[in-house]
Amino acid sequence: MSKIIQVGMADLKVAKPPDKLMTAGLGSCIGICLLDRTTRIGSLTHIMLPSSLNAKNKQNRAKFADTALQMVLEEMIKMGAKTNMLVAKIAGGAQMFKFSGESDIMKIGERNAIAVEENLRKYKIKLVSKDTGGSYGRTITFDPESGDLLIRTIGHGERII
Amino acid sequence: MLLDDFSRLSGLQLDALKEIGNIGSGNAATALAQMINSKIDMNVPNVKILPFTEVSDLIGGADIPVAGIYLNVSGTAPCSIMFILPVAQARMLINMLLGQPADVAPEEDFDDFRMSAMMELGNILAATYLNALSMFTQISFIPSVPALAIDMAGAILNAILSQFGEIADHVLVLETDFKKEGQDVMGYFFLLPEPGSLSTILNALGVNV
Repeated sequence: MSKIIQVGMADLKVAKPPDKLMTAGLGSCIGICLLDRTTRIGSLTHIMLPSSLNAKNKQNRAKFADTALQMVLEEMIKMGAKTNMLVAKIAGGAQMFKFSGESDIMKIGERNAIAVEENLRKYKIKLVSKDTGGSYGRTITFDPESGDLLIRTIGHGERII
Repeated sequence: MLLDDFSRLSGLQLDALKEIGNIGSGNAATALAQMINSKIDMNVPNVKILPFTEVSDLIGGADIPVAGIYLNVSGTAPCSIMFILPVAQARMLINMLLGQPADVAPEEDFDDFRMSAMMELGNILAATYLNALSMFTQISFIPSVPALAIDMAGAILNAILSQFGEIADHVLVLETDFKKEGQDVMGYFFLLPEPGSLSTILNALGVNV
């Protein structure tokens, strides 16, 4: 029986086929899917913030783009994944509110997307596809077997990247 | 640390927070009732300390479609205000505001006019809530213009909660459910104090030990 493993906000999970990974309601947050194509071990990380540098509370490493990537690599290695052949797909990073006036938190989605891509480059993980930006939420399901990332939205269609 | 602040909250402090939530949302409920000319019931507010992930469970899950109105409140005790309604309820509410029959659900999406009516509604609710809070605490609260999004509950919430993320993993939620007489929950009103604000508010209430 295949399971669909739920990943919460500021959380990460590792899975093997036939299980799938899912996170619901990504707004400004980003879902980072990593896959080791040799062992088919996959992971889904739901980050909230671009960087832990200025954070006062860093206990939960899965919350930040920089520390989450490091953490998920450790978890994947524990499961037996090879991290030199990893590929990534990312989704999320929307700007949910149209605000008059400039505020940092309103741009958090964009900053998250930039930070995730930077960190993927840092760890030499190849980004094969992405669906970021816009002003709508996304619910995503990642299938490590096929490597497909299914993205569902409200009013902005459904697609596989 | 925010979590430490929370875990140290006494029964008396929680009751005091519940009471200001009660007064604030009582005023907001009255304003809402006047706007739509119908009786509004509300529950006694819940005070909860929740991990980020669980906030969306309060309104039925991360991927249910909702209308969310958000206001950022500045002053000596900064906080966030959210008014979240299931989409069907939001439609009904707007119809009532605009004086259209409540049982006719328009097929068209929320247009600019309806969006702006919705934001005005959020504005009035937040202002009445904060006025009551100010009278009680002598703290002045300055709300921003409202922002509105219609989308998945989780997506709207994580855009708001992420601003708390640098300091905390938990959030203090003062939550009230509004009901139209004899009907389902109409909306949820949330007050999320920023970490430092909590002790400012408790001080003002005379329960900060």
